Amino acid sequence: MSIDTTFKPKIVAFCCNWCSYAGADLAGSSRLSYPADVKIIRVPCSCRVNPMFILRAFEKGADGVILCGCHPGDCHYSTGNYYARRRMTLLFSMLDYIGVENGRTRVEWVSAAEGVKFSTTMNEFVEKIHSLGRNVRLGDLRCKN
Amino acid sequence: MQRIGVFVCHCGSNIAATVDVKKVAEMALKEPGVVHADDYPYMCSEAGQALIAEAIREKKLTGIVVCSCSPRMHEATFRKAAERAGINPYMVEIANIREHCSWIHKDMEVATEKAVILARAAIAKVNLNAPLQPGESLVTKRALVIGGGIAGIQTALDIAEAGYEVDIVEKTPSIGGRMSQLDKTFPTLDCSACILTPKMVEAAAHEKITIHTYSEVEKVSGFVGDFTVDIRKKARSIDMTKCTGCGLCQEKCPSKKALSEFNRGLSTRSAIYTPFAQAIPNVPVIDRESCIKFKTGKCGLCEKICQAGAIDYSQQDEIVTQKYGAIVVATGFDTIKLDRYDEFAYNQSKDVITSLELERIMNAAGPTKGHLERLSDGKHPKHIVFVQCVGSRCSDDRGKSYCSKICCMYTAKHAMLIRDKYPDVDVTVFYIDVRTPGKNFDEFYRRAVEEYGVNYVKGQVGKVAPQPDGQLLVQAVDMLDNKQIKTYADMVVLATAIEPEPSVRKIATMVTASIDTNNFLTEGHAKLRPVESPTAGIFLSGVCQGPKDIPETVAQAGAAAVKAIGLLAKDKLMTNPCTAKSDELLCNGCSACANVCPYGAITYEDKEINDHGIRETRRVAVVNNALCQGCGACTVTCPSGAMDLQGFSNRQIIAEVDAICR
Repeated sequence: MSIDTTFKPKIVAFCCNWCSYAGADLAGSSRLSYPADVKIIRVPCSCRVNPMFILRAFEKGADGVILCGCHPGDCHYSTGNYYARRRMTLLFSMLDYIGVENGRTRVEWVSAAEGVKFSTTMNEFVEKIHSLGRNVRLGDLRCKN
Repeated sequence: MQRIGVFVCHCGSNIAATVDVKKVAEMALKEPGVVHADDYPYMCSEAGQALIAEAIREKKLTGIVVCSCSPRMHEATFRKAAERAGINPYMVEIANIREHCSWIHKDMEVATEKAVILARAAIAKVNLNAPLQPGESLVTKRALVIGGGIAGIQTALDIAEAGYEVDIVEKTPSIGGRMSQLDKTFPTLDCSACILTPKMVEAAAHEKITIHTYSEVEKVSGFVGDFTVDIRKKARSIDMTKCTGCGLCQEKCPSKKALSEFNRGLSTRSAIYTPFAQAIPNVPVIDRESCIKFKTGKCGLCEKICQAGAIDYSQQDEIVTQKYGAIVVATGFDTIKLDRYDEFAYNQSKDVITSLELERIMNAAGPTKGHLERLSDGKHPKHIVFVQCVGSRCSDDRGKSYCSKICCMYTAKHAMLIRDKYPDVDVTVFYIDVRTPGKNFDEFYRRAVEEYGVNYVKGQVGKVAPQPDGQLLVQAVDMLDNKQIKTYADMVVLATAIEPEPSVRKIATMVTASIDTNNFLTEGHAKLRPVESPTAGIFLSGVCQGPKDIPETVAQAGAAAVKAIGLLAKDKLMTNPCTAKSDELLCNGCSACANVCPYGAITYEDKEINDHGIRETRRVAVVNNALCQGCGACTVTCPSGAMDLQGFSNRQIIAEVDAICR
């Protein structure tokens, strides 16, 4: 298999403010590198991530979307990550059905103390996206000319 | 249309070394709404903030983006600066180009490109920001301390001395914690009980302190300044108001075979018991699993002999509900289980013990009345081997990766005390490193080696094999001489790793405090907020935050108390204005949002709605801003898209997504 060296994946990472965003900060202050393709959007809780945001990302050309939150049981808002987990399970299986492979979407629990895990997760995820190659672009039929 | 200013920080060379800050500013100017962009070596400095304020005034900016370190560092700084310059503090967004960019990328081109995109996303968001006003909430002037060890006692005393009510919740029948189990303390060799019990007595006698022993926190709700906590007071089977603490019941109790938790299972106790002589409160509990009356219905001896009539077999658990402004977690530690360390024969030989068990053996109130003897045959040992780092600094998953911090010092203490009291006993310590960073610590360790002739061997013990004659064959490596050692010992003491008391997990979940993979509670900032949890109103005291010795624990307990006092001293707190908001025109009153709200912040009201000229009364969702904590669960659940989160609105997040994927 030839590797597309010109492929620069666009990856959106939604991180909850309390655990994963802080975990990403720890990865940063510990100088634990991961590819620059990952761009983080801060949300108060993983449950704030509307499936629409993920569809939107794929519509705008994202090659992968990862959602990071507190570990189950450790949610700052008690139950938010449980909602996120259920919503994403449904969404990801639907996305897989319409052609966005499961490898392009991921949910990962990263605590504020897990800088290493954040970095490893992102490295793995980007590698996975590289192996999957460019994504099909979702189109919003409602706006079709 | 917004008028946005973008301010790119160099952070000295932290950002500027890998990100072309000029280019980030230059590219930002091309974004819609941006009318000003600048860079400066230290945006957070007085001069940097002045530069922002000046631009806000001169260019009549309505919103700003600061490209700098994490918002967790300086968001508050820049919000205040913006407010001073006359714009709403919530018109500020931070692009994290340090932790999320310059610090993790080495290539300038790559890092600059990413910084430009992160700035672009923040600009896209601030274009949609709206001014927000924080609300106010009242502070309940009472603190809860979970855990009644030295950490909890000290925190409670310090808070009480400042004039606030404090409740201590301790799950065992007495306060005192691990420190009450220790015989002597390093490096002064103070008697542990002698320095602890006065504090226990002081806490019990303090008019501002209420102690709930044999009690557990069952439920926590609310938020900083206004927590509501359910405390389960387990049935003691004793009327605490009547019991005089005479101790006759314990003496006469016919069921004496329960293992003493206080003596780490090395001795037995009666079914009705106080854990130790100086227990506070000096009121026993009936262990219903061992009590003959509870098991068979017969006996009832304690009730017959109790002159105060304090025995109450029908007592039930009681739930006490109390409001608190601040919660301090001081749950302490336990030693790890040694089930996975078969090589040390801990489960095979009674003469292989943990250091905490040795602590009880050395104590006059312990299982051997303070005489150093083998638990198997009661014989006086001639040679004792100490094994360091059992489960600490462990690279495999059997133990803990961290250093337990206290073991080097307590082993030096044990070795010294043994050699002092029994000069005929030889003591060998197998260590990986001896770590003695602390006031008078190294001097203490050197005394053990130089004055007391303790034999320190650098090397790890591979196996402890019990011999038919009762001796223990210790096989080890001498790493300095690079040779195998075989030595016979009469006792082996394992410096067992410490871990957070397992119940801390449940408590962390209840108070929504962050916890790490080792079950230590995470501090707000590793250096700058060491005694606060990231969750507002939750403070950390003692080993629940990380391994520490008694002086450090007491120091941290005081620090946690001061932080709690700082909170309790306020009458009102500013609340987070990033709360959910319902669009009455879109809401169809379906209750989906209220069902997912963890705070009960959403209620429904019948309201007169003017829907494009049609006036009608509709049932619509109303968010109580004082209760809403801004998680956003409701926003995603709402089927009609009526619910949105201020400060993290659907449009704002989609704008960020678009800017990143552009």
